[in-house]
Amino acid sequence: MNAPLRRVAISVLVLFTLLIINVNIIQVVRSDELRSDERNTRVLAEEYDRERGSIIVNGNEIAVSVPTDDRLEYLRTYPQGPLYAAVTGYYSLVYGNTALERAENDVLSGEDSRLFVRRIADLFTGRDPAGGDVVTTLDPAVQEAAMAGLEGVTGAVVALDPSTGAILGMASTPTYDPALLSSHDPGAIRAYMEEITGTDGPDPRVNRAIENNYPPGSLFKVIVSAAALQEGYTPETVVPAPDELTLPQTSTKLRNFNNSRCDASQEQRLIDSLTISCNTAFAQLGIDLGEDKIRDMAAAFGLDDEKMEIPLVVAPSGVGDIESDAALGQTSIGQRDVRMTVLQAAMVAATVANDGVQMKPYLVDEVRAPDLTVIDETDPEELREPISAQIADQLTEMLISVVDRGSGRAARLPGMEVAGKTGTAQVRADVPDHNWFMGFAPADEPRIAVAVFVANGGGTGGDVSAPIARDVMAAFFEGRG
Amino acid sequence: MPGPVTDPRGTPASDTPTRRGTEAVLLGFAVLITVVAQVIVDLTVTGSLRPEMAGFSVWISALWVVAHLVVRRWAAYADPLLLPSVALLVGLGLTVIHRLDLAAEQVGSTITREDAPVQLIWATLGVALFVALLIVVRDHRTLSRFAYTLALLGIVLLALPAVLPASISEVNGAKIWIRVAGFSIQPGEFAKICLVVFFAAYLVDKRDVLALASKKVAGLELPRGRDLGPVLLAWILSILVLVFERDLGSSLLLFGIFVVMLYIATERASWLFIGLLLFAGGALIAYQAFGHVRARVDTWLDPFAYIDGAGYQLVQSLFGLGTGGLFGAGLGGGRPDQVPVAKSDFIASAVGEELGLFGLVAVIVVYLILVERGLRTSLVVRDAFGKLLAAGLAFAIAWQVFVVLGGVTGLLPLTGLTTPFLAYGGSSLVANFVLVALLVRISDAARRPVAPHATPVRLGDAPTEVVTP
Repeated sequence: MNAPLRRVAISVLVLFTLLIINVNIIQVVRSDELRSDERNTRVLAEEYDRERGSIIVNGNEIAVSVPTDDRLEYLRTYPQGPLYAAVTGYYSLVYGNTALERAENDVLSGEDSRLFVRRIADLFTGRDPAGGDVVTTLDPAVQEAAMAGLEGVTGAVVALDPSTGAILGMASTPTYDPALLSSHDPGAIRAYMEEITGTDGPDPRVNRAIENNYPPGSLFKVIVSAAALQEGYTPETVVPAPDELTLPQTSTKLRNFNNSRCDASQEQRLIDSLTISCNTAFAQLGIDLGEDKIRDMAAAFGLDDEKMEIPLVVAPSGVGDIESDAALGQTSIGQRDVRMTVLQAAMVAATVANDGVQMKPYLVDEVRAPDLTVIDETDPEELREPISAQIADQLTEMLISVVDRGSGRAARLPGMEVAGKTGTAQVRADVPDHNWFMGFAPADEPRIAVAVFVANGGGTGGDVSAPIARDVMAAFFEGRG
Repeated sequence: MPGPVTDPRGTPASDTPTRRGTEAVLLGFAVLITVVAQVIVDLTVTGSLRPEMAGFSVWISALWVVAHLVVRRWAAYADPLLLPSVALLVGLGLTVIHRLDLAAEQVGSTITREDAPVQLIWATLGVALFVALLIVVRDHRTLSRFAYTLALLGIVLLALPAVLPASISEVNGAKIWIRVAGFSIQPGEFAKICLVVFFAAYLVDKRDVLALASKKVAGLELPRGRDLGPVLLAWILSILVLVFERDLGSSLLLFGIFVVMLYIATERASWLFIGLLLFAGGALIAYQAFGHVRARVDTWLDPFAYIDGAGYQLVQSLFGLGTGGLFGAGLGGGRPDQVPVAKSDFIASAVGEELGLFGLVAVIVVYLILVERGLRTSLVVRDAFGKLLAAGLAFAIAWQVFVVLGGVTGLLPLTGLTTPFLAYGGSSLVANFVLVALLVRISDAARRPVAPHATPVRLGDAPTEVVTP
């Protein structure tokens, strides 16, 4: 029996060698890859030993690390968790970190090169290394109004300072409490994650202001209008506005909202078409202008299929493929494959408000060292200039008309002129429409631009989203007298 | 120059070294490593030594002193590496379990029960059984007399959880437990040993028949058709375990051990070939028929695709191992508690994370030493039953370690076997102490000088190996 025994002994040696080779592959060859995998929460756990910097809104900490007496020395807390969840994200042992906690992780954790000198000093002074603070551009009044407006619905609000691009508000619903995902109890964290994502309902972790894009519906008519004005149209130019429009080379009939009539004469001024959001007029106008003009103007406004960082990653907006004139007609009223993020909608409004100059949106105002010295400050930056100041003025005039006497009347503010545009986007026949509003105020000297999106709101942009925008703008001005 | 050669017929017994001194020194090292490791864990995690540390050190030392003294008295010629290897693995296991206890407390988890003290009790019980077995069983050959009783016992132990209601026997989908009064016992661990003893006795009895060849195909001498009975029975038994207890690991373990013992007994490679064919068939059926087997295989092929579900554990294990790298995070320095059930099934990944590649490979090498010393015992021992038994037991450890560590490191699908001596779990620990006691007993017989002062062996009584055909 000894011959087979020796062979078995050698086989065992071979099997164990296989084990050792495999362990070498994991712990040496793949070590770096596994260690730095973002789903590996071990490195995160190491960071818990250091005081992480705060995320600040208007002097108040919305994410702050507090000392604990358990093994992870600091606990991440979010004093107003659900209100700012879309901006802060969470900082989780189990699920890693998201939103600003992720995008500004280097600063918050103290790894950022701008904190380098201080870290060297820490080494010599024996001071515990700490992370830097991130001061956001958010306005608490705007944020609160936005979240209050979205109460009970699925949607998002973005508010911008049109002249700088500073993000004044960024809200997304449904929301969640990041504190409960950032505790030190993995069991409780998993239970809460199951609670918020285990249902059929919308995922609260998604920031609907920037991570998803949606069909903009009639908001897109502003871009078509801009293209028309660029081509020499004026707000007074009379355009065809039939009751129904047969799309070229098809038998598909395009009608207006609720099959309503735009004008008994089957034509109307461009400003009136925008005011009542006439579908047939804009579909025909888009077809008349041609794909290139529409596509170029959309890209000039930022619907160019490119991602953006604010520093959170923003999903691309774009017009999609336009295979035919029929498709172009549908594209021109914001249907078909046109997609916009809510931030992009706010940027379109802000561009018109800012004399045609689009500012780069940003969420981080300044970065501070742990001793509160400012180590970096964001300078407003011009991103694009899709239209001239003159065309911007003409568009503003048309948008004022929308709010004054058109579909956006619910956005009116006392003692102030508001400019805006509503959007009601069809999704599928069996699903309620998306409701949009974008606008800015005061129309003559804009200080805030807002976009509101309510997913499957079921009403129109005018009656669902415009009132939310109005409340957000009102809250902004209330704080400033 | 050696002194004058005396009577060439037999050297006096006292000249064959017992190597008990070697064993004592190695055990001392094992205890030292255990205690130092425990101190490091405490200091790293909590910053101070726990008050029970002194008691623990005395206790663990006493365990191995007793075991050593018993071996010295009742198995003086036993292999000196077996017990120290076990001591090192058990000590390291206790340390890692204690370390994970601390992690659970520090993270503020709701589970506050400490497992390390419980495991120490189990280890004590294991040593007690080890001692009892060495004292009671003076000659391993007596076991062969109980072969069929043990076979019956083995089958009963194996089948018990399948028959019991799921409320008593099922944990995480596998029906392999008996849970009484807060204790969980895996009878399969004991069944394994009973069945190995039976296989050894049975195969010694039948090996001549089973070695008969009928025809030769492609260089393989195939056995006669009617001799396929036993291997088919073992195969069916394994399949039954898989079906009724959903225990992939034990199924694979039992079948593998039987086929290898059959091969050793008959010296016919064709049995390995037949075993492999049967295994492939069984694996194919299992994959097709059982969702849990399919899920295991799919998860193994791409754990990252199932990271939020079935693959979570394996991925966490891989993250731990990768983060540990060459040298590890140091005892108490890593996050091995990120891996669910790190104390039992995934203890090796905790070792790999905190002690690094070097630590994990060292553990694998200690297992290798244990197994190869067992197989060496089998080579040296004179009786056929002892040979097969030692080989079967040693291979059982090897096969189990390979399947478990392969699973935890993603080399093989996960099966749910325990890591011998290292992992948390009373049945496994106690059963493996019994297993090692048997190996120690056989190794004592293997190295003990033959009939030291007796008259020259008469030809008729000579061991069979001496007679050349």
